[in-house]
Amino acid sequence: MLADSIPGPLAAACDEVRLASPADAVAGVQPGLVAAPATTDQASAVLRAASELGLTVIPRGTGTKLAWGNPPERVDLIVETTALNRVIEHAAGDLVATVQAGVQLGDLAGLLSQAGQRLALDPARPGTIGGVLATGVAGPLRLRYGTPRDLLIGITVVRADGTVARSGGKVVKNVAGYDLGKLFAGSRGTLGLITEATFRLHPLPAAIAYRSAECAAPADAARLLSDWLHSSIDPVAAELDWPASGEPIRLGIAVEGSQAGLDERSGERSGERSGSPPGWWNAGAAARSDGTVLQLAFWAGGLGSVLTEIRAVAGRAGLDPAISGSAAGLLHVAVPEQADASRVAGLVTGLRASLAGGADGASGQAARASVVVQQAPAPVRDLVDLFGPVPSLRLMRAVKQQFDPGRVLSPGRFVGGI
Amino acid sequence: MTLTRPDAPASPATHAAFATLIPRLTDICGRDAVITDPLELRTYECDGLTSHRCVPGLVVLPQTAAQVAAIVSACAKAGVPFVARGSGTGLSGGALPAADGVLIVLARMRKIIEVDPASRRAVVEPGVTNLAVTKAAQPFGLFYAPDPSSQQVCSVGGNVAENSGGAHCLKHGFTVHHVTGLEIVTPDGELTWLGDGTGQANGYDLVGAFTGSEGTLGIVTKIVVRLTPIPQAVTTLLAAFETTAQGGTAVSAIIAAGILPAAIEMMDALSIEAAEAAVACRYPPGAGAVLIVELDGPAADVQAESAAVREIAMRAGAFEIREAADPDDRAAIWRGRRAAFAAMGRISPAYIVQDGVVPRTALHDVLMRISALSAAAGLRVANVFHAGDGNLHPLVLFDDSSEAESAAAQELSGAILDECISHGGSITGEHGVGVDKSKYMPRMFSSDDLDTMQLLRCAFDPAGLCNPGKIFPTPRMCGEVPGVRRGPHPLVAAGQADQF
Repeated sequence: MLADSIPGPLAAACDEVRLASPADAVAGVQPGLVAAPATTDQASAVLRAASELGLTVIPRGTGTKLAWGNPPERVDLIVETTALNRVIEHAAGDLVATVQAGVQLGDLAGLLSQAGQRLALDPARPGTIGGVLATGVAGPLRLRYGTPRDLLIGITVVRADGTVARSGGKVVKNVAGYDLGKLFAGSRGTLGLITEATFRLHPLPAAIAYRSAECAAPADAARLLSDWLHSSIDPVAAELDWPASGEPIRLGIAVEGSQAGLDERSGERSGERSGSPPGWWNAGAAARSDGTVLQLAFWAGGLGSVLTEIRAVAGRAGLDPAISGSAAGLLHVAVPEQADASRVAGLVTGLRASLAGGADGASGQAARASVVVQQAPAPVRDLVDLFGPVPSLRLMRAVKQQFDPGRVLSPGRFVGGI
Repeated sequence: MTLTRPDAPASPATHAAFATLIPRLTDICGRDAVITDPLELRTYECDGLTSHRCVPGLVVLPQTAAQVAAIVSACAKAGVPFVARGSGTGLSGGALPAADGVLIVLARMRKIIEVDPASRRAVVEPGVTNLAVTKAAQPFGLFYAPDPSSQQVCSVGGNVAENSGGAHCLKHGFTVHHVTGLEIVTPDGELTWLGDGTGQANGYDLVGAFTGSEGTLGIVTKIVVRLTPIPQAVTTLLAAFETTAQGGTAVSAIIAAGILPAAIEMMDALSIEAAEAAVACRYPPGAGAVLIVELDGPAADVQAESAAVREIAMRAGAFEIREAADPDDRAAIWRGRRAAFAAMGRISPAYIVQDGVVPRTALHDVLMRISALSAAAGLRVANVFHAGDGNLHPLVLFDDSSEAESAAAQELSGAILDECISHGGSITGEHGVGVDKSKYMPRMFSSDDLDTMQLLRCAFDPAGLCNPGKIFPTPRMCGEVPGVRRGPHPLVAAGQADQF
């Protein structure tokens, strides 16, 4: 709820503390205070003060993905990372950069490109480094470069009680100690506040080419993608866009390398070649900031049947969603804001039953797909479990219990109500 | 060397626990899968790091995940520690057994359950060797990218525990980048899946957190690995220089040119000398350093990059460059590099391998410091390293019949790691911490860092029975709230642990 004054310990911990406004609400839940520490030490002092005052805390970058997940059970204090906006070190010769969590991914890309380098992440909804890490988002480049956790080599976090902890370091090859970066990547602000991160960088390619085609049916799209992936064309990214059931499926890949190499590799292939991405590239369902967006992860070989199944289940629910994604095992499905909530819930449960059904950790057979509601309007959230069945939830709860025994960090927002 | 740990005499409590455990384990796995004979037990007293030895109390060789779960349950119930072991090729004592514990050997679990080329995935049991995965994938034009030098014998389960790398991880990444799902037995005996093989975590990324945890969070019983398309072309260059400084200049220039080779390896004069003595690799005579650069990818790009690397090497002062484009020539170039560790036996009675990492740009400075430290200690140090990612393997040569020299070698080894840390590096790039380097962990991490890491340990293994005594110099008491202590910890009171 809205606060009427700033508690002394919090004011002492950080220069930038203010009373929250209705615009600071998280999924409809109103915080009282907003603090914006500018250093890891200040962030530590803020969390220590919050812990002493018994305040619940939610970290926030620019808020592009703040609506994801369950609404918090409670939030007293938003810890904003936007003042943590320094690039601490760009060691170009080592292809490594250390940045504070509030740095914008786009700003970092601009800086790195001056040295001919990049952080190989292209999420549809970027925001800050801290937000990208906490949500684990990645775009079409995931085919070659993976997700944020694959490029993260060191991390600094502040625990619920203000303890500052580091793991990893600033060398790419390092197996000393547990890799807490893996645990924090995708942890949605439930284990601690990420204040700094060190990434492995890659050289910018000399040239990039795209190749795209339209397919009439899921099986055609799956066959074409398979041809591209298993050829010497060696794509680094793949993307698919299928806006509605009556329309063709648009499929594309990106290829990187020397100009001469690209000419040789993509000469004889099917599809149309272009020097820039097609307009729909990375701009489909995953980029939507309103309505319901589902994230489907599956074993990539099943692409054709997954696409068919999405249309079939959606048809039974009376919906015609937009489908897009990185094609190689990850798709997003978007339904407009105004769609009937019970139909959307039917789509979610139907997809879970058909793609990720009949499997759990205890049966000895791993489920090979997941259907997660990334964002949804409140009426939809009320009807479905956003995360669905999760293997080893018991262990996840134990991890949460160890890192945040008082449940003061983003309480209730994550899987199983963590 | 006198690092051998005396086998702790088993306490009466251990004897009592084993008396009930042996029949239970025999019930679970059958008589031929439980080893109690002292002579046979001795076979398992160490892994690839032979300077640490401890005869296990008991060895059991399960064949199924259900058996592993039952064994761990029985151990947990009896309060007996357990250690998992794959092929035993680890280089940090990560699979060092406990004298009062059970060693669970996974070598009989070696089925490749499934290869799914369309999804680029394979599902394997933990005892499957690293190379066997690649062999199973090859007919589909795929391979398993992490390739530790022990890949013919090391197990995938062990690779998961250690987050193993290999010469080609510069470009292709480590085990953690190629594992998308794990079936594990938790330290209290529950069989469960971490991840679903898709590579997209739902909930915490426990696959990522588990990989590289050195067997302290549970025992892996199935692994879903990512398979990678076999590159269209591979070429290997060997460049000979007069000095390692020239080689280092070439490495920096290659990276600065935006080229990411699959591997960049360097050997100094002493390691070349040892390799020549051992396998007659016939590197260019008079070389003070050789650089091995392997490029892979689409043919046109490999060709262009190979020309660029040649030019860079020449400019850095290379006096001879060889190129191998077919597998036989390539194997000839790699022969000396692969033999380097074992070859030290030709020029020294004993040696310690270190595994420090420094930022690539600090390579030259650190090599100069190692050279100075080596001269000051009066001990030779041979340098073999993954130059592309700054992972040094200094081999400290010494005479193990001399107590004084053994101690000096240990000290020199530690001083080299200090140099790595002070340059912003790490004490281990791929061998793991195990028992060998836990004492160096506080030099790299604060007590808060180590304490925070151990929260993960406490979540998985609150009883501290799963591969105890590894990674962390001082175990955290799970459930203990720092700063709030009411009387002595129960384990301290029971005389089972110390706090200091």
